[in-house]
Amino acid sequence: MSTTQDTIEALAQREYKYGFVTDIEQEFAPPGLNEDIIRFISAKKGEPDWLLEWRLKAYRHWTELYEAKGEPQWAFLPYGYGPIDYQAISYYAAPKQRPESMDEVDPELLRTYEKLGIPLEEQKWLAGVAVDAVFDSVSVATTFKKELEKHGVIFCSFSEAVRSHPELVRKYLGSVVPHTDNFFAALNSAVFSDGSFVYVPKGVRCPMELSTYFRINAAQTGQFERTLIVADEGAYVSYMEGCTAPMRDENQLHAAVVELVALDDATIKYSTIQNWYPGDEKGEGGIYNFVTKRGKCQGHNSRISWTQVETGSAITWKYPSCILQGDNSMGEFYSVALTNLRQQADTGTKMIHIGKNTKSTIVTKGISAGQGHNSYRGMVKILKGAENARNFTQCDSLLIGDRCGAHTFPYIEVKNKTARMEHEASTSKIGEDQMFYCQQRGIGLEDAISLIVAGFCKEVFRELPMEFAVEAQKLLSVSLEGSVG
Amino acid sequence: MLEIKNLHASVEGKEILKGVNLKVGAGEVHSIMGPNGSGKSTLASVLAGRDGYEVTAGQVLYKGKDLLEMEPEERACEGVFMAFQYPVEIPGVGSVQFLTAALNAIRKHRGKEEYDALEALTLFREKLKILHMSDDLLGRSVNEGFSGGEKKKNEIFQMAVLEPSLAVLDETDSGLDIDALKVVADGVNALRGPKRAMLVITHYQRLLNYIVPDYVHVLVDGRIVKTGDKELALHLEEHGYTWAGERALADAAGSKA
Ligand SMILES: Nc1ncnc2c1ncn2[C@@H]1O[C@H](COP(=O)(O)OP(=O)(O)OP(=O)(O)O)[C@@H](O)[C@H]1O
Ligand SMILES: [Mg+2]
Repeated sequence: MSTTQDTIEALAQREYKYGFVTDIEQEFAPPGLNEDIIRFISAKKGEPDWLLEWRLKAYRHWTELYEAKGEPQWAFLPYGYGPIDYQAISYYAAPKQRPESMDEVDPELLRTYEKLGIPLEEQKWLAGVAVDAVFDSVSVATTFKKELEKHGVIFCSFSEAVRSHPELVRKYLGSVVPHTDNFFAALNSAVFSDGSFVYVPKGVRCPMELSTYFRINAAQTGQFERTLIVADEGAYVSYMEGCTAPMRDENQLHAAVVELVALDDATIKYSTIQNWYPGDEKGEGGIYNFVTKRGKCQGHNSRISWTQVETGSAITWKYPSCILQGDNSMGEFYSVALTNLRQQADTGTKMIHIGKNTKSTIVTKGISAGQGHNSYRGMVKILKGAENARNFTQCDSLLIGDRCGAHTFPYIEVKNKTARMEHEASTSKIGEDQMFYCQQRGIGLEDAISLIVAGFCKEVFRELPMEFAVEAQKLLSVSLEGSVG
Repeated sequence: MLEIKNLHASVEGKEILKGVNLKVGAGEVHSIMGPNGSGKSTLASVLAGRDGYEVTAGQVLYKGKDLLEMEPEERACEGVFMAFQYPVEIPGVGSVQFLTAALNAIRKHRGKEEYDALEALTLFREKLKILHMSDDLLGRSVNEGFSGGEKKKNEIFQMAVLEPSLAVLDETDSGLDIDALKVVADGVNALRGPKRAMLVITHYQRLLNYIVPDYVHVLVDGRIVKTGDKELALHLEEHGYTWAGERALADAAGSKA
């Protein structure tokens, strides 16, 4: 008879089904990081001088940080990680053929996205979702652009935004995450290659879900994308990103920056399903996911909501945060992070309350299986002027098996006495009783675990756009998959 | 239907079942009574295949197959159902989702087409109606925040949906008010039929007024010490288990002599 323990062991040997490599002619920058490389990237993209200058400034700052103390060391990563050789990475990789329209997109690329479950032909895709597909360093296609233009919504690759809407990019780039913010933000600012840009004009409710699908394909490269979303007064937009990468023994670096700006009465919902290659059970390979995401609720009554489902990557270091500057603004963070195999995740959020009557909600669900280590790190800061600020934090951890770990590092700083804070936390082991109950009703062990885990994550899943909630649940099952017996 | 032969089982190295013999034919209802700690739930757990119960000797045949060889979910798919003495809460897992998963797992196992969400829901509503139960529970997570009685009724509802061949009810009547007791009894009686069998574990003769058993067995210290009909239950209520135990010992002594 197979026991629960066997299944738990088997969980650690799940297959990663997005691990294939696309064979396509690509153009690379030579490995290495220096001012010439940055000029090369900037020239490739035909960027204006101000942007090149901005990159160089960031690069110089990064160099200082690198020489002073290198990467930040405060994350809880008990297995550590090998040194990252920044000079061995190629900072630019792009398919050789550059299509002008969707009809010219390399069929091999279309097939890649099809295999990933993201068909780029508009008629095949879920109605009501527009996709920007980023392949290594560049955006290869954006769907439904025409439809969106009718509503005045700009949705395009970052490079294109620099060309066609330089005034918007220049106004907001770095306004939420300055290049001096942290080591990886500085690196990204210097070498970022592509990403998505969204602008929703005053009073417009974006008529469809927007989404970007990030794919790392080439070896010895990293992905350094930059996303900027601006919701003007009274606008609403829901945006979603997904990510995968091939299986490789080497580690690859992903250092993205995402900036969100919500003006008066605007709402931005940002959802992530992160499924980068996690490495194997010995901890070989996998993506190093060092990401800076931050939103600014700049206007009054604005709202930014982050929802993330993080199942991939060897290391996840990411804290989608909200600066609640406008009065009555609201920040939310809903997170599911799953670590299996020898994955390590240190993830959470920062909620900075500046305006009056600002509210924040944090709900996190950490699931640790295999030999995974999962840490919640969160900061809630109530500044002096933030009258009547409120925060609710709930962080729950679920352990599957006894070789994994769950950790929480909450930080609270309150400078205004009218603040109201609530904090709840729990850690539990997946119940043998619950599993037996499911089995006694005919449900197999693996399905039972998926069911119980999905139940544990329910409060987060229900925040996802409908189209993706089902996907997220499936992904979680796959991430927990193994053969019984 | 079910044949238990000289079953010995231990938990954490301690022998709890010390040679249980029991034969349950199709269409029969057997009641098992016995003092606290005598091994009734242990017997149910062994039949359902719970982890941690080690069978050290004996055999259990179910429809002619070796039951002890099967995984717990396989037993369930083959038609073994257990109503738990302490039903478990599964937070966040909707009752409908859970029961649909169970129903379809069983249907799939039997080579039947799976139900879609609507078909399943229709079936659930129908069963609730027959049981005179409110469909509030469909909107809630499995047993989460249910009262003790509601949990027990939920077990009967699940049983009604899954239509098992062999149902083992572990003290489903404990802690129920009189109306709930009727719900449970009606549920069990509705399921009674020539192709089904039931093992009803209880402490109270009261239940047996509603579910009239064909046989009553008394389990004391891991052995069945007495078997009779429903009159035995009445007698037990009056004289207690010690009486049954002593009688059994006396009988054993008598037969040896
Ligand atoms: N998991 C366990 N660990 C240790 N002892 C156990 C375990 N399960 C059962 N036992 C012991 O086995 C014996 C029989 O328990 P069981 O639950 O089968 O009794 P029961 O007849 O169902 O009693 P009750 O009428 O109180 O429900 C008891 O002494 C009990 O303490
Ligand atoms: Mg019991």
